[in-house]
Amino acid sequence: MKFTLSWLKTHLNTDADLSTILKGLTNIGLEVEGVESPAEKLGAFRIARVLTADPHPQADKLQVLTVDAGDGPLQVVCGAPNARAGLIGVFGAEGAVVPVNGMVLKKTAIRGVESNGMMCSFRELELGEDHDGIIDLDPQAPVGQVYAQWAGLDDPVIDVSITPNRQDCMGVRGIARDLAAAGLGTLNAIIVPEINGAGPGPDVRVDDADGCPAFFARTVKGVTNGQSPEWMARRLKAIGQKPISTLVDITNYLMIDLGRPLHVYDLDVLKGPLVARKGRAGEEVLALNGKTYTVDDTMTVIADDAAVHDIGGIMGGEHSGAQDSTTGVLIECAYFTPERIAMTGQKLALTSDARGRFERGVDPAFLDDGLSIATDLVVKLCGGTPSEATRAGEPPVAANTVRYDPSQCLSLAGVYVGDDEQKRILQSLGFGIEEHDATFDYQDGVPVTTPAYWTVSVPSWRRDVDGWPDLVEEVVRIVGLDQVPSTPLPRTPGVAKATATVEQLMERRVRRTAAARGLSEAINWSFISEKEAASIGGGDWALANPISEDLKVMRPSLLPGLLSASRRNVDRGASSVWLFELGRRYFADRERATASFVLAGEKLPRGWQTGKAQAFTAFDAKSEVVALLAAAGAPVGNLQSFGEASAAYHPGQSGTLRLGPKTVLAEFGVLHPSLAKQFGLTGTVVAGEIFLDAIPAKRRNGFMRAPYAPPALQAVKRDFAFVVDEALEADALVRAVRGADKKSIVDVRLFDVFAGPGVEESKKSLAIEVTLQPGDKSFSQEELDAISASIVKAAEKLGGVLRG
Amino acid sequence: MSEIANLKAGLIADIAAADTLEALEALRVGAMGKNGVVTGLLKTLGPMSPEDRLEKGPPIQDLRESVAAALATRKAALEQAALDAQLAAEKIDMTLPADPGPQGSVHPVSQVMDELAEIFADLGFSVATGPEIEDQWHNFTALNMPETHPARAMHDTFYLSAEDGAEPKVLRTHTSPVQIRTMMNQEPPIRIIAPGRVYRSDSDATHTPMFHQIEGLVIDKGITLGHLKWTLETFLKAFFERDDIVLRLRPSYFPFTEPSVEVDVGYMLTNGQRVIGGDGDAPGGGWLEVLGSGMVNRRVIEACGLDPDEWQGFAFGTGVDRLAMLKYGMNDLRAFFDGDLRWLRHYGFSALDVPTLSGGVGA
Repeated sequence: MKFTLSWLKTHLNTDADLSTILKGLTNIGLEVEGVESPAEKLGAFRIARVLTADPHPQADKLQVLTVDAGDGPLQVVCGAPNARAGLIGVFGAEGAVVPVNGMVLKKTAIRGVESNGMMCSFRELELGEDHDGIIDLDPQAPVGQVYAQWAGLDDPVIDVSITPNRQDCMGVRGIARDLAAAGLGTLNAIIVPEINGAGPGPDVRVDDADGCPAFFARTVKGVTNGQSPEWMARRLKAIGQKPISTLVDITNYLMIDLGRPLHVYDLDVLKGPLVARKGRAGEEVLALNGKTYTVDDTMTVIADDAAVHDIGGIMGGEHSGAQDSTTGVLIECAYFTPERIAMTGQKLALTSDARGRFERGVDPAFLDDGLSIATDLVVKLCGGTPSEATRAGEPPVAANTVRYDPSQCLSLAGVYVGDDEQKRILQSLGFGIEEHDATFDYQDGVPVTTPAYWTVSVPSWRRDVDGWPDLVEEVVRIVGLDQVPSTPLPRTPGVAKATATVEQLMERRVRRTAAARGLSEAINWSFISEKEAASIGGGDWALANPISEDLKVMRPSLLPGLLSASRRNVDRGASSVWLFELGRRYFADRERATASFVLAGEKLPRGWQTGKAQAFTAFDAKSEVVALLAAAGAPVGNLQSFGEASAAYHPGQSGTLRLGPKTVLAEFGVLHPSLAKQFGLTGTVVAGEIFLDAIPAKRRNGFMRAPYAPPALQAVKRDFAFVVDEALEADALVRAVRGADKKSIVDVRLFDVFAGPGVEESKKSLAIEVTLQPGDKSFSQEELDAISASIVKAAEKLGGVLRG
Repeated sequence: MSEIANLKAGLIADIAAADTLEALEALRVGAMGKNGVVTGLLKTLGPMSPEDRLEKGPPIQDLRESVAAALATRKAALEQAALDAQLAAEKIDMTLPADPGPQGSVHPVSQVMDELAEIFADLGFSVATGPEIEDQWHNFTALNMPETHPARAMHDTFYLSAEDGAEPKVLRTHTSPVQIRTMMNQEPPIRIIAPGRVYRSDSDATHTPMFHQIEGLVIDKGITLGHLKWTLETFLKAFFERDDIVLRLRPSYFPFTEPSVEVDVGYMLTNGQRVIGGDGDAPGGGWLEVLGSGMVNRRVIEACGLDPDEWQGFAFGTGVDRLAMLKYGMNDLRAFFDGDLRWLRHYGFSALDVPTLSGGVGA
């Protein structure tokens, strides 16, 4: 909401300077977003008289002028066709900065003739579009004076942000009222002229009372439209509204001035009564913005017998608006239901100043006065004879009172404000106060004390106020939030307790473990493209209104985001990508916390020790997965290795780690080459995903650990090599051997895999190191032989043959 | 000079002159070996009469000890020389580069969330979470934003596709629905923070369609705006680790709080950077909006099944990404979500930079 300081002062009688007013506005909740004084950038431009104008010796279209801007004659070369001796215009001397292009004026030679500045056009000073010639001022304009001062441009434009609850401050008067309450002046009385209408009011009626409960109107016949008076045009221009014609400008002016949107129809265009009714499917309106809108029966329109002339409360129609030739007008002052306006505006994707006010809820008690003020302005500025008013329908003016105890200010806001001060504040904002003393009475014979309270009546323009906390808010914002004393929250005695949840702790440990292992944490969008989602089996959720097709499906996997990020890094020249992310995957029934990583490019660059660059392998992925699972607190030693990773992975070089056959805790491996290719990645890419929500939470029974004493005797290591089928998974052999003697075998480690000379076709040799832990006495040879025999037997069950 | 003295002098001179371990060994065998000269002399002592032995024994013993000592000394010297020579031959170029290992990092958003959790833990706030795909009741209605509320349209909400007739779910536009879930599931008194991803269909230089918020909620008896003010001051001072933090509280409007307060923090323009701290009204200063907050609206408390005459409290919300930018000096929000390793390493944090109160929350 923009207005100028002088405009504000038409409502507020104040001595406060600009900076005090600006600070006051922000303090009471009308946040100043900007303040601009056009005079500032025009300070170097003065009113000047052209003394002489002679043809340029070298150029037909140029003239050589002598110009007096108060300091004596200066020679200026000028190309404007209207430059002539005697013209009074605006001159920028050497050193002035031309607003439109930022050019600094310098003494220069134009086609060999010295020029000492510039006579300016309106466009060059950013005061309009006129560039046909230089500014041609009133001959009485005082030569030498700063132009902006003389033209009244030294009026600061203030831009405040109005919160959605404050419709009353969508008009300059409302802002003035708030400032007056805050002690920054007094609010001038509003003058509502009496209109002596001649003849009956126009034929208007309401057929859609839900959407437009009240439609007040008058006609004025015999008007002459034209240019608005200078004061009105200047204020509108200052806030960025283009003056159009007096009749249109009056409605815009009152909307800004009083927050009261109005509409003016050309009476000659209307056919039959003007009706506020529901739209009919398929009806079209060419609106004032030049676009055609199709309305439907959820919207309220203003229509006559022939056509729809207005999208009620949002935007008028092009054909029935006031024209230069208009001689009779119908002035509409209506109340549109905020909810309806909001819905219609959203549906049509149409915003306007009127919508902004109606959807917040204009003052329902101001229809008559608004119509009178508008009619009076039309008559004063355009002449004509007004009719009586027609009042169709009833605006929803409801007496709204709030029971208030002034001590509630202290109990909610924590600041004490005296009753008298509270009363003054509320009254200056337009609230009425009726005080009730404390009473003592008997109800059914029981003594009942009712403490003193106020009945506060809410002004009709404060639709937002409907409870006592609103009144506290009013008092506190006017008193100033800086008056609220900072009050420490009560603190539980002792050292602060731990507050993180189990999930949070798990995520922290996984995150910092991954970072410690060399991975960098990325945060990728939760949404991916349909194509990316399809490449990993599709997502359950799609946005109905995505911001772009690339950000449409809620990710069922973190891989696409990481792969896209990897690609961007490779494109930027990264030779090795180590990225991870912690976040959610989105499914129809739940959101799953997940940690995921991608390793792409070179694992190790070429090096003087290692030779050629080394690629990642599936086991790099496995190593990360196991480390991160351990960090998350998963029982890594008890996990089973399975195949059956998702289709995102190379079918022969991927796997899953499970707790029992069904609970998959992680999958990992070499990325499927076609998926890597889809994301533009070359070479071996490996990846893994850890399903954090599947990891059982560790039960914590205090801090005490299980008792431990190191074994008294040294462990014994024995090596075995078994020839097995090529297809046998190593993990099966290791598990079988570990199970061969659970008491003595404490560890089984596979240290060699060999196939080739000496091992039959389609077989391989697996070498394992078994660690045997004796109990209270050393193993005897017989015991060792028995354990070895059971190991060999366990391997034989899997088709393994001890290698000789 | 006696014969033995001559022998001793000769042997010791020979030993000192031996220049290899092999030559030394030959000398040892020649002197101390089975048939060595010294061994031979020692053997003569056995058959002697005690008187003779008393006279001739000591010089021979002295000879043996002296030769043995000379052999040991020379051997040690030769071995040391051999080792020195070997090591000299093993010299390598220690300026060759060593593999630095990959360098990982923690994202600034995660780091700042950990910092906030640490600060608020000290103030007694625990951490709560909720779904990001949220129903409209929790995201809007319960927060006093009925369907036609203008604020609802201003939220730039992402809607999820729904079957015909079903109310579409939304991507939560703020972390405030976690307030609702907490109040409905937990008996007051309540002190929580709720960090997480939130979504608005907005994208330009300073807005991304996804960003991070942290929500705070206190519900208790006798909580006032004064407590809110103290909490925000205390938290921001702790977060920026500066005592000169100045807040400017501005009345504002949020449907779910009343009174509603927006909070600006003062900064000073230092070398073109906005450095948080100081009075924003001072010359060279300014204000940055960092928080939205207020006293929880009675309707919200009621919607959660609590009695607003009994329970009262405050809520606040702030952008985690923005806090990170203000503290650590990034100036482009979009880079947070780009996954550029160069950026992540520059602005990210070491795994060991765990925020603690004793070590300072900032890193």
